[in-house]
Amino acid sequence: MDGIKSYVLICGGANCTSAHKDEIVKKMKGKIKEVGLKTEVQVLPKGCFGLCEEGPIFVVYPEGVFYSHVQASDINEIVVEHLLNGRIVDRLLYKGIVGKNIVTSLNDSKIYKKQTRIVLKNCGVINPENIDEYIAYDGYMALGKVLTEMTSEEVVEVIRKSGLRGRGGGGFPTGLKWSFAAKAEGKQKYVLCNADEGDPGAFMDRSVLEGDPHSVIEAMAIAGYAIGGSQGYIYIRAEYPLAIKRLEIAIEQAREYGLLGENIFDSGFNFDVELRLGAGAFICGEETALIASIEGERGMPRNKPPFPAIKGLWGMPTILNNVETYANISQIILKGVDWFRSIGTEKSPGTKVFALGGKISNTGLVEIPIGTKLREIIFDIGGGIPNGKEFKAVQTGGPSGGCITSDHLDVEIDYETLIELGSMMGSGGMIVMDEDNCMVDIARFFLDFTVDESCGKCTPCREGTKRMLEILEKITTGNGEAEDLVKLERLAYVIKDTSLCGLGQTAPNPVLSTLKYYEDEYKAHVFENRCPAGYCHELIQYFVADDCKGCSKCVSVCPVGAISGVIKQQHTIDDDKCIKCGECLEICPFDIIIKK
Amino acid sequence: MMLEFDFEKNADKIKELKKMIEEKKDMKGALIPVLHDAQGIFGYIPKEVQVIISEGLNKPIAEIYGVVTFYSQFTLIPKGKYNIGVCMGTACYVKDSQKILNQIIKELGIDVGETTKDGLFSLEATRCIGACGLAPVIMVNEDVYAKFDASEVAEMLEKYK
Amino acid sequence: MKSLEELMKLKEETLKKINLDSKKNGIRIVVGMATCGIAAGAKPVFSIIEEEVGKRKMKNVEVHMTGCIGICRFEPVVEVYASDGNKTTYVYMTEEKAMNVIDEHIAKGNIVYEYTIGAYEK
Repeated sequence: MDGIKSYVLICGGANCTSAHKDEIVKKMKGKIKEVGLKTEVQVLPKGCFGLCEEGPIFVVYPEGVFYSHVQASDINEIVVEHLLNGRIVDRLLYKGIVGKNIVTSLNDSKIYKKQTRIVLKNCGVINPENIDEYIAYDGYMALGKVLTEMTSEEVVEVIRKSGLRGRGGGGFPTGLKWSFAAKAEGKQKYVLCNADEGDPGAFMDRSVLEGDPHSVIEAMAIAGYAIGGSQGYIYIRAEYPLAIKRLEIAIEQAREYGLLGENIFDSGFNFDVELRLGAGAFICGEETALIASIEGERGMPRNKPPFPAIKGLWGMPTILNNVETYANISQIILKGVDWFRSIGTEKSPGTKVFALGGKISNTGLVEIPIGTKLREIIFDIGGGIPNGKEFKAVQTGGPSGGCITSDHLDVEIDYETLIELGSMMGSGGMIVMDEDNCMVDIARFFLDFTVDESCGKCTPCREGTKRMLEILEKITTGNGEAEDLVKLERLAYVIKDTSLCGLGQTAPNPVLSTLKYYEDEYKAHVFENRCPAGYCHELIQYFVADDCKGCSKCVSVCPVGAISGVIKQQHTIDDDKCIKCGECLEICPFDIIIKK
Repeated sequence: MMLEFDFEKNADKIKELKKMIEEKKDMKGALIPVLHDAQGIFGYIPKEVQVIISEGLNKPIAEIYGVVTFYSQFTLIPKGKYNIGVCMGTACYVKDSQKILNQIIKELGIDVGETTKDGLFSLEATRCIGACGLAPVIMVNEDVYAKFDASEVAEMLEKYK
Repeated sequence: MKSLEELMKLKEETLKKINLDSKKNGIRIVVGMATCGIAAGAKPVFSIIEEEVGKRKMKNVEVHMTGCIGICRFEPVVEVYASDGNKTTYVYMTEEKAMNVIDEHIAKGNIVYEYTIGAYEK
């Protein structure tokens, strides 16, 4: 290709690909042809440039000019100004180099402004493998205060008055739980920490354990003093090797300093903590199943009552709180009830950590006062939806939760409002979805998860979720019938009402909430054989548009021989043979192949 | 894949396991920690190893088999030298990790939960590994590949061959 | 640990040592090394900073790893706590960028604006 004078490299990475890249490439090629540069400029898709947040990115060689955030409407300008006239389009230049008047500290950034950090206070600040740094930030002061100045009853009372609620899902008042266990009779009482963070899409517990492990250990010791227990167990997922390592170091250091062990602070109080590793069973996040697992059995839930606070681990009074709940304790003790109640709402004081993931610009962990609006979380802190896409829904509560739509962006998030919306707080995963995500498929995804994780003890969950999954698979593959929608809903309520534990009782939520808010999508799959989001493979069709040049490149890549046509003439795709792999669309140099 | 458990070749490992059992046998709820040890030592927990644990902890083998098969971390067949885990957590799933999984299945010719004939690769669809901010994510043993794309599969596998 | 006084004493001593006390007579560099940070490449960044600070015998510069600060998107993240109490957040760090930060910011006191969070945040 002697005549080529310029190359335009276009990022072909995953993020840019979804940002209307096909449309942009097509437009670019069209315009280049139009201005007569077809033989001088070559457009090449390249691998990811690693600046996905700036995409789509175009680099023009030989000049090496970097354009970022290129929109379809910018194409004419780039082609005419730069390629034809040789003038660089300043407006679109990548602004990696910037002046001094910018935010240099995270604490001043938009991401941080609406956050309040209690649980994550030390994360990203102290060295988690050095107990001295934790102590420098008031670590173990609360334990010292409790052991030297307060009675057990006073500790329970402070936690009860603070209004702290369990951050692992249901939102049960922590102080109340402690008071039950404190009153219960037993020669040994146990303090458990649930670090079996099983919700896909939630990782706040991992972050706390990796960034501030002592905060959990200290809180467990305080809990032990409050209920009269001397042994703690942290039940942690084996999938978190780094968190396990840091906890081991932390426990060792605390023992060396005499902050775990016998006669802590010369008060006569003894307490020690052991780690127990989970082995990959989601159900073990349920408290009675977790207890069974620590006892060395299959992690299957037991009937309640008796509640663990009365009869838990090895039949003894036991309290179980999750990592995030514990991470609040020492600060409530140090700063007091009034301070804690000044944050969040009347019914749910304090903060909640959310893990923002999916189709959102600023993925990461955010800690906000309870009662913050969803809009603020997603758009102000999260930076909105990348690649100019539409916000569609946010999924909270993992496999037990549901989807919240754009209609509810102004709802103040707390335990109750989320349940009203058919979702739940869960452990705090927030997965944002855009227009390309099919809600029926998302429901199918979660049911697939629950079917896999159902322990099998009770029939509604074991059999019912499987039947629901089968119906959803029928629908997403285009075989759904009208009565399936009715069946699906009926089955969902039966499972909700009759399952033994929380996993089964909440398993239908992803289906019920999507049925409620996205019934249209279900109907489109069933009655029109169409997936409005263009995700469900069996419901997509590939076509060759009319102006096919007949280059037959697609014929050579099609793995099943579904494309036929004579060279230099219109080609066609046989939909019966087509396996929707998308290879033809990728290779077509004229972008004639269309996905619908 | 049929595998004979070779007692002679595994003699050292068996010794190590027995030592672990000895250390833990008086601990409350010792079974799962011991199974973690066994999985770490042998890479899997075949029937022969379960028998050793059964004898050491004085528990019926049926109970041990029941626990081993309940938890997804314990496997009855050996994993490959390189165990590939494609994260199927929600954050990764909405960012198309299914496509990555399909591509790996295609390239390796094995399904999820299987090991290639040469014992080089095994494939798992893992639960959320908690790196949601970098979705989609895959892991090859301890290596994490962040913001991965299906088009990078072949190149990634080549590195381990 | 036998008394609160003993704990308080340790606290005071540590605050001085890690350059976090009120007088702040040194610089503290922290590198986010939670799972996500490491997956994004924080380990080599941490190593090169630690190595370079040691090699140049920089006085009053403390290098530490830390947990997740919550901005996964920007990993690897390096934060510099200067002696004047100001914090600078460097994002998307690489070994090369880390060297520049040491040359400019740590050695000469000039913030490398191009690498800070403000340069990337929209």
